[in-house]
Amino acid sequence: MSLDTVKRAEETPGERQPYAELGMKVEEYERVREILGRRPTGSELAIYSVMWSEHCSYKSSKVHLRQFGTKAPESAALLVGMGENAGVVDIGDGWAATFKIESHNHPSYVEPHQGAATGVGGIVRDIMSMGARPVAVMDALRFGGADAHDTRRVLPGVVEGISHYGNCLGLPNIGGEVVFDPCYIGNPLVNALCVGLLRKDQIKLAVAPGPGNKVVLFGALTGPDGIGGASVLASATFEDESHAKRPSVQVGDPFMEKLLIECCLELYQADVVVGIQDLGAAGVSCATTELAAKGTGGMNVRLDLVPLRDPSLRPEEILMSESQERMMAVVTPDDIDAFMTICAKWDIPATVIGEVTDGGRLVMTWHGETIVDIPPGTAADEGPVYERPFQEPAGQLALNSDTPKRLARPADLRATLLELLGSPNLASKEWVTSQYDRYVRGNTVLAQPADAGVLRISEAMPGAEETKRGIALATDGNGRYARLDPYAGAQLALAEAYRNVATTGATPLAVTNCLNFGSPEDPEVMWQFAEAVRGLADACKTLGVPVTGGNVSFYNQTGSVPIHPTPVVGVLGVIDDVATRVRSGFTGDGDRIVLLGETEAEFGGSEWAHVAHGHLGGLPPKARLASERDLALVLTTAASQGLLTGSHDLSDGGLAIALTEACLAQGIGCAVSLTGDDAFVELFSESSARALVTVRPESFDTFAKLCATHEVPCYSLGTTGGDSLNVKGVLDIPITELRQTHTATLPGIFG
Amino acid sequence: MARVIVDVMLKPEILDAQGQAIARALPRLGFSGVSAVRQGKRFEVEIDGPADETALSDVRKMAETLLANTVIEDYTVTVES
Repeated sequence: MSLDTVKRAEETPGERQPYAELGMKVEEYERVREILGRRPTGSELAIYSVMWSEHCSYKSSKVHLRQFGTKAPESAALLVGMGENAGVVDIGDGWAATFKIESHNHPSYVEPHQGAATGVGGIVRDIMSMGARPVAVMDALRFGGADAHDTRRVLPGVVEGISHYGNCLGLPNIGGEVVFDPCYIGNPLVNALCVGLLRKDQIKLAVAPGPGNKVVLFGALTGPDGIGGASVLASATFEDESHAKRPSVQVGDPFMEKLLIECCLELYQADVVVGIQDLGAAGVSCATTELAAKGTGGMNVRLDLVPLRDPSLRPEEILMSESQERMMAVVTPDDIDAFMTICAKWDIPATVIGEVTDGGRLVMTWHGETIVDIPPGTAADEGPVYERPFQEPAGQLALNSDTPKRLARPADLRATLLELLGSPNLASKEWVTSQYDRYVRGNTVLAQPADAGVLRISEAMPGAEETKRGIALATDGNGRYARLDPYAGAQLALAEAYRNVATTGATPLAVTNCLNFGSPEDPEVMWQFAEAVRGLADACKTLGVPVTGGNVSFYNQTGSVPIHPTPVVGVLGVIDDVATRVRSGFTGDGDRIVLLGETEAEFGGSEWAHVAHGHLGGLPPKARLASERDLALVLTTAASQGLLTGSHDLSDGGLAIALTEACLAQGIGCAVSLTGDDAFVELFSESSARALVTVRPESFDTFAKLCATHEVPCYSLGTTGGDSLNVKGVLDIPITELRQTHTATLPGIFG
Repeated sequence: MARVIVDVMLKPEILDAQGQAIARALPRLGFSGVSAVRQGKRFEVEIDGPADETALSDVRKMAETLLANTVIEDYTVTVES
């Protein structure tokens, strides 16, 4: 077995290298040769191939994602924007919150339990690396049809994986989504969000400044995890059977992650960390090149010092390993003893593997021989950027012309309501969420099925002020809307998450997104992507909430059939006094029920069209961003004045489903009258910028004036109380029947 | 009547967090000289007839579909004598 050193690479310029097997295009390989002035060594090829992959380099999406920066609204709250491990926002009283959503789609299809579990682990480490204590997680999940055979394999595994990892870590799972659509068969979407809290002056960044500073790898040992690709290199170079087959599945250890969390927090507290980064995809390659590129420019690493779980690993494999629960820190020589002592206290293996230099080169050696010598920026930041062609899909016009107007309207609205309520997308998700711990740590104020998760900020963090504030988080996305119009679909996803946060009384502050699409090499998919990003960036500007980070997941397709474009948007908000948060649904008898916002006949992509007719066509509801802003202002102002006794946002399934869920929240019925003459439209249209609230009768005038001030339409519908949902002259359904219909579906399918 | 044993182990390259935890605990309990532990599962399947090739093929099918997660685990089937 010979080692592919820099010296050897210089001597054997013509050696064939498996760049294509590693997913590199010939032009990309040529560019590496040009940068280095020679052929890359096997290890260098490993680094460039992973760092220039779509996943790490954003080479197809970058040109579009720039809009999140150029169109970003002014935000006084933004402390750290895009480009770091996660965005950080100022939430007041010296506190900051950091949050991000990330996909783990493909691994969750291959091995649902481990794929979803490591998805949670990965996003939690992103939050840790910002200097924060992770305080909650959420999951936005999408599966093929609920009754599809493969969904019965994937969904239980994913839910189990999320609950296993999250529950072991002791992090509450406070919300998210579960959506079914045949387009996700073979391509489930598992998008995991984590939020963390930290003192504003405590933010850590992924930088490696200061020549002479030590580079420490700490956490789990490095094993052959997730390096299916690297085996090509090893076997091509070494012709060794044992390297021919490496698993692409990574397995996580939540108890190790829990130790890492506590260890990192103590390291931050002791102030012995100069820069820090988690090891995710691309492992050591990513951490070393990115840290070095953002620091003084150089780093020397002795790769043979990386502690291994499997001693047979070759340097190429070490560089590409995706072993979980690992972090890399930059530490001054003076602090290294203190750093190691803290790691030892938490039983965390930690090893100095190199040091920062000012040479502008990332140099790695293997038992004294140089195997990597590259300018780190060329791998980390200067990867290829593609302006991929895009064009409107051939059938888009026909799809948009096939409006729901042709669909037969139901004669029996009672039956329609029950049919929708029991359909998998609108049915109770209790079967899923009851497997998650929603209240561990004791700071959960609102969790599923509330519109948004709300946490009080009550952390024992030395030096931090006591505060009455809370944070609210919601994620939303609607693939059917985005399929009909990706520009509007992305805006509607943002609008709904924004509205959900405001519904609890919190002021929306910042955005994270997970953009799930098919192949970027398909111009029609690329069009969907370009439109969605443009729509989201424009909407963020209008709503005044900046994108702080997120991720892009391409290649979610089976054969040539992509999933519906599915931008999932997370919104973080802050509430000044968490005691003023508004509870979900009807909370007492005799309250006035008020509908806010205007209703038009909008059924394109609606749940009704989907469930009753299996129809997808026309245009989604209009995104009414100015109205969303006014609505949010009314909701947050009214909440802070204590005017609202309950609230619920209107979205999928329209007013009918909102009223039903409001009744089911605490088993309190209502009697309402519709204001117009088309009960079907009023009950089932999915017009955006609407919400239900309840106010005490004596507060109604004050509330109505507030609505008038902000020009938010306000309709008094009726009164809470009783044990049925009574829409006068239209339907009257006992709550027991509603509950039975709502809760029976998922247990019926998944047992 | 025969007893067929199915042993299920994580594939050698897959992280075994429980095995590691046991390996870490042993020195604390005074056991020395252990360099690694891997943990697996053992199933004892009682079958009605003899352990002939048909029966073993059925047990293998059981292992593939239920007893082992072949994405991350290997299994072996043996007949207890």
